[in-house]
Amino acid sequence: MKATPRVSRPVSWPRLLLHILLILIVVCFMGVFLLLPLATVFVEALRSGVHAFMQAIAQREALSSMRLTLFVAAIAVPLNLIFGVAAAWAMTRFEFRGKALLGTFIDLPFSVSPVISGLLYVLLFGAQGWFGPWLDQHGVRIIFAVPSLVLVTIFITLPFVARELIPLMQAQGSDEEEAARVLGASAWQMFFRVTLPNIRWALLYGVLLCKARAMGEFGAVSVVSGHIRGLTTTMPREVEMRYNEYDYVGAFAVASLLALLALLTLAVKTLLEWRYGDQIAQHTPAGH
Amino acid sequence: MQRRRVLPGFGLSLGYVVTYLGLIVLLPLAALAWKASGVGLHQLLQLLSSPRTLAALRLSFGGALVAAVFNAVIGLLVAWVMTRYRFPGRRLLDAFIDLPFALPTAVAGIALTAIYAPNGWLGQWLVPLGIQIAYTPLGVMMAMVFVGFPFVVRTLQPVLEAMDRDVEEAAASLGATRLQTFMRVILPMLMPALLTGFALALARAVGEYGSVIFIAGNIPMHSEIAPLLIVEKLEQVDYAGAAALGVVMLCFSFVLLIVIARLQRWSGRWAERSA
Amino acid sequence: MTLLLSHLSRHFTDAAALDDVSLAIAPGEFLALLGSSGSGKTTLLRILAGLDYPQTGSVTWGGHDLLNMNARERKVGLVFQHYALFRHLTVTENIAFGLRVRPRHARPARAEISARVEKLLKRVQLEGYGKRFPAQLSGGQRQRVALARALAVEPELLLLDEPFGALDAQVRIALRRWLRNLHEELGLTTVFVTHDQEEALELADRVAVMNRGRIEQVGTPEAIYQQPATPFVCEFIGKVNKFELRREQDRLICGALELGADPWARRYDRAVAYIRPEHLALSASGWKAHLRHIYLAGSVAHLELALDASEQIIEVDVPSEDLLQMSLQPGAELYVEARTATVFPLLDAPGEAKPEDRRVLKPHQRA
Repeated sequence: MKATPRVSRPVSWPRLLLHILLILIVVCFMGVFLLLPLATVFVEALRSGVHAFMQAIAQREALSSMRLTLFVAAIAVPLNLIFGVAAAWAMTRFEFRGKALLGTFIDLPFSVSPVISGLLYVLLFGAQGWFGPWLDQHGVRIIFAVPSLVLVTIFITLPFVARELIPLMQAQGSDEEEAARVLGASAWQMFFRVTLPNIRWALLYGVLLCKARAMGEFGAVSVVSGHIRGLTTTMPREVEMRYNEYDYVGAFAVASLLALLALLTLAVKTLLEWRYGDQIAQHTPAGH
Repeated sequence: MQRRRVLPGFGLSLGYVVTYLGLIVLLPLAALAWKASGVGLHQLLQLLSSPRTLAALRLSFGGALVAAVFNAVIGLLVAWVMTRYRFPGRRLLDAFIDLPFALPTAVAGIALTAIYAPNGWLGQWLVPLGIQIAYTPLGVMMAMVFVGFPFVVRTLQPVLEAMDRDVEEAAASLGATRLQTFMRVILPMLMPALLTGFALALARAVGEYGSVIFIAGNIPMHSEIAPLLIVEKLEQVDYAGAAALGVVMLCFSFVLLIVIARLQRWSGRWAERSA
Repeated sequence: MTLLLSHLSRHFTDAAALDDVSLAIAPGEFLALLGSSGSGKTTLLRILAGLDYPQTGSVTWGGHDLLNMNARERKVGLVFQHYALFRHLTVTENIAFGLRVRPRHARPARAEISARVEKLLKRVQLEGYGKRFPAQLSGGQRQRVALARALAVEPELLLLDEPFGALDAQVRIALRRWLRNLHEELGLTTVFVTHDQEEALELADRVAVMNRGRIEQVGTPEAIYQQPATPFVCEFIGKVNKFELRREQDRLICGALELGADPWARRYDRAVAYIRPEHLALSASGWKAHLRHIYLAGSVAHLELALDASEQIIEVDVPSEDLLQMSLQPGAELYVEARTATVFPLLDAPGEAKPEDRRVLKPHQRA
């Protein structure tokens, strides 16, 4: 966008009214459709007072769901971080056959319904699944246990970092890396001294989105986690269970923690965009 | 002489990526293909043709289509206002566009229900007027609009920002009215991005689960969506039925993915090639 | 150490970038690779730097096979066209990069690195700019940082890709002379790629003119300009008037231009003659022509003439002072005489010239 200020000619009255009308429509729509639900979460959580809220989130089930959610994210996010960097390096620095196909497969988890992703893993590891009988014989539990939560979360959040890095690294080109090589840098010196500093903000951005999604995933987790409360219940599942038990304050209390996390994500994301917008690539939004 | 690669790490990065994708994405997909092929086409059609399944598929696809069309219209309006007009609070409002991406779907689901339920914040006023949203297809679509909203706005915004004002000024200097300029110049230039955003919102809404199931009420034949039916079939250990539904939805995702890739190439055709 | 390139070929999927290129570059030489985009000059430079590899051929440097070394082992200095400065590092850090990434046993001490960087900053006239980031520098300053960075590792071979391409005309001319001095001071072997013939002719000891993956001619700037070896070089370097000749009995003729009964002329049916505008002069006799335009360009005036015999448009350069005395007007009748012409016989295949049989001669003129 051009930064030069334009001397705008005076806007006519009907035109100005149209502008104001359009702005009002947008503000009202976003108010009712986006901000109202957000406000609802906090108001409902505090409906019976701060004390009830604190009690609701201090319950053992709530705490164990938080631990599990953090645990799952702590495994899935770093794995997808490494994957994303490797994928972006291969996709942007080399020409090879099947590159477009590889790109399609990297994007695939974005367009698959979370429930379907869960289904895929049930068909792979469930009782009637591919590896089900073998796993059963050896006493390994994947479905209805923590490993399946980790696997579906990895699946769902797989593209985030890669999708953030690929357009940026494409735009940056490989000149600086080639310069580093000509100047005598080894492969890892080149990576840590040139590549990584150039992509750090985009990387952080991708990790942020990946983490938010990993902690909020619901559909896929519902399919593979079964109903063993406390053992495989992540925070979003805890919200559902409490809601279904008509414990509205409890449900909204846990939900409000997730909403706070979402707000924090939005804040950091916006800050990154304002501050380092030029070092984060323009890209098509994605994510379930 | 063999063609050598100048930058290091080709084998390592590609090998890692392919192995990782193979284990995380391709292997599970193969399991679904295997399960579905074991069912057979005839039985597959039979599994899909039960009235309840058909109703669920109709709601998921039809509802998603309506929601995506609605999102295309409102998304265009929001993107336009956000890029063209300056008003207090614009930057803050702009940041909240991504809320549906950031808010876990289950949280959105219970919040929407709390608003539109007959005794809810808005529901208590709307229901007496005869507008029932929660536990109806309308509620399902409402949730689908919520989750799909950012796609259209976020695909249109960069295009609108990059669009040269000169083009509009040129149209005006050639005698076009504001409406003609919009319909004949701006809209065609936005079309690839608009369709991309529409397709992304559609893909998202079809597969949506968490935010829909609370407000839907899940009444069979009325407000039950296909992903929920898959979950129920899995709970009844009906893997074949679940796989059949899964294949249909996955095929739809594939087609949309290809369409989106095409659209993105199409929208790139005006980009000037840099040397 | 001599840099020897022999029979290099590099094919991309759609086209040949290099087609059997051989070249010997003497130690201490300043060589320009001159050509338009797509001529293969950048590919050749990248092969020397180790950023691309040929399918066939060899590159040796004082007898060592360069192609068996990768980019980081070659220790050449390379200045990229768009500089490729590390945007997250300061000027000092950029220059020190090549020293800091050395293995511990070969790495100079911290103090020595900073001393060397200081020296280089002084050499490229950027003292006091060490703490800035590349984004805070002008184009010419960035160029000099890129050069200092390449020189920090003390290469014996310096490669520059369009070193002045992205600069303003004034900065460009100043930097050119400065670079030439630097080259002589350091005793480097320097190869630079350019599409700007003026730059190549002014700076280089020798110029290699490239066209479609081949080297058309290698020679001193004088040789390239005065004795172009191929029709391409004639047309690419400087301005030129082109005449297509065909045989009539034992003479080669084009309108008013005629090559005499040379035994040479009898061997070919067609030929092409090139005459530079400054090799044409106004005179009392010669070809009859009419003046169409006068373009004054400082000390020289370019006259656009139409030859009466063939209606061909030609350009003649005349000192501006001479022109002043003649007080010519468009439409005036003039006579033009050629001092020298470069003639290439043409073979039967259209456009195929035979550069080996080139002749530089003074054409006979019909009255």
